[in-house]
Amino acid sequence: MIRYVATRVAYMLGTLFVIASVTFFISKMLPGTPFADDKLTPQIREQLFEKYGLDEPLYVQYAKYMLNMAQGDLGNSFYFEGRPVLQMILERFPVSAFIGVQAVIFGLVVGLVLGIIAALRHNTVWDTLAVVVAVVGVSVPTFVLGPILQYWLGLKLGLFPIAFFESWHHSVLPSLALSVFVISTVARFIRTEMLEVMGQDYVTLARAKGLSGLAVILRHVLRNSLIPLVTVLAPLTIYLVTGTLIVEQIFAVPGIGEQFVTSVFVSDYSMILGTTMFFSVFFILALLIQDILYGVIDPRIRVH
Amino acid sequence: METQRRDLTPDLFGSLEVGEQETERIAGPPVGFWKDSWIRLRKNRGALISLAVVVILFAMAFVVGPLSSSQSPYTQDLARRYTEPSVNFWFGTDEFGRDMWTRVWAGTRVSLYIAFLAALLDMFLGVTFGAVSGFLGGRVDDVMQRLIEILNGVPYLVVAILAMVIFDPGIITISIAIGITGWVYMARIVRGRMMQLKDQEFALASRSLGASGSRLVWKHLLPNSLGPIIINLMFTIPSAIFAEAFLSFIGLGIQVPEASLGSLISDGASQLRFYPFLLWFPSAIFCLIMICFNLLGDGLRDALDPKMRN
Repeated sequence: MIRYVATRVAYMLGTLFVIASVTFFISKMLPGTPFADDKLTPQIREQLFEKYGLDEPLYVQYAKYMLNMAQGDLGNSFYFEGRPVLQMILERFPVSAFIGVQAVIFGLVVGLVLGIIAALRHNTVWDTLAVVVAVVGVSVPTFVLGPILQYWLGLKLGLFPIAFFESWHHSVLPSLALSVFVISTVARFIRTEMLEVMGQDYVTLARAKGLSGLAVILRHVLRNSLIPLVTVLAPLTIYLVTGTLIVEQIFAVPGIGEQFVTSVFVSDYSMILGTTMFFSVFFILALLIQDILYGVIDPRIRVH
Repeated sequence: METQRRDLTPDLFGSLEVGEQETERIAGPPVGFWKDSWIRLRKNRGALISLAVVVILFAMAFVVGPLSSSQSPYTQDLARRYTEPSVNFWFGTDEFGRDMWTRVWAGTRVSLYIAFLAALLDMFLGVTFGAVSGFLGGRVDDVMQRLIEILNGVPYLVVAILAMVIFDPGIITISIAIGITGWVYMARIVRGRMMQLKDQEFALASRSLGASGSRLVWKHLLPNSLGPIIINLMFTIPSAIFAEAFLSFIGLGIQVPEASLGSLISDGASQLRFYPFLLWFPSAIFCLIMICFNLLGDGLRDALDPKMRN
């Protein structure tokens, strides 16, 4: 097990190294140079280049950049001068995390209920309904869903505010928009898992022992169907990261996603690259946790 | 346990002459893999309807849409901004008075172009990488797999965003940005299939008849891997459509005056309060495409690989 975890961590570091290198070379390929202001005299420009280490050979810059990365220093924002990127990201992180966690909890609960009903009432209207919800939920993207929710629940029915982030009320629609994908993924997954488990011999045995239907479902079917749910952890994280970019933009939520999109518009390169690193670390950690849980649950994977 | 009946004497029985042709006929015409798959797919109503809808959408985007209206998707006329859907403008007009009907189909066209280009690139990279890795095996495979493990952790949309920050946005560059980031999964599938096939008897037979490595891969191993490749491709297309719309939505995709479904949805969302029809039409088409490709992909998976069905 220790060996397995060590391998996974090694891969994780490899991935981080690749991403950090890619962001570095992308930042070198970006059009234009900093300090392109005509008012600067050549001497001042030279001094500025010297100050930021831009006059040094590429490999020295690269080494310095990687060293800073390793210490968690993502540089300063180009747009909001002098503000460290990492600090700005961490300031906004709680907002994004709140909306995301709320969406995942809500999505998990609804998705589980929907999936369980569909499996227990296999081949009935309920089952069909759940499958339709699952397909539509996966197919309708957040940037369509968000405006629809804004229009109907926000403008027409006036139930929730459609923008900004001032109270819990404001977080309902963004979380709801994010949760639909979670609902459909979880429902679909639990449904197929349960259908498979319900056909297993040990379930027949449990029934033959005289256990009540509820006990069989709760203790045997559900428990065994939940374990593989670990596999959706990484896809869900990817989804949440991209989802926040869109949802926060639509609902004007001051989170990381909104900041990232704004930084793209104002060409705040250090912010773009810093946020990329942050998202990547976030995703890689999710992947690592998923892989380790995998190994814990299914020992065969560790040997492989 | 034999019982004898007096009225049935042996001389009443004779052997029936069955020609060789006759015995063969019982089996019916041989059904190949593709025919068999098609029969299975035909039974799947959802997939079949989706296939029909996809064909119709293609026809609308490439042929009917542009021909059905005398309007141009790019002509601006400020005198007719924001007209509601009417006889002249079936989907209304946008903030510059451009006809939305032709604009939506032009956008669909761009989205489909990008999705297919990206999917092709994805397939090319994934199949090449997977075939080389799986067929050669050994140390080469080891190295290539380590690379895959590392690339697997890279969140692909974020990389696509970075790529778009450097490139000038256009159909080709967007396709490349999406295509170069999504091929890892395809490579894994093809590699697995190669490893599984290359030691089977038909490969051995071909090899002992003197077939070269490339012939073996092209003539035997790849054709036998087509099923999984097609299934994967069917799921790559909707995710490429999504990725393009996503990039356009955050302003990194197709630039005005060109349109894609993503940019139209993005524009529509900003006018939602007063002119919601600008959002509804492109969104509806977009969702229809996504749903159909997903259902078609599910259907094809069940049809081409019945073992994976559940």
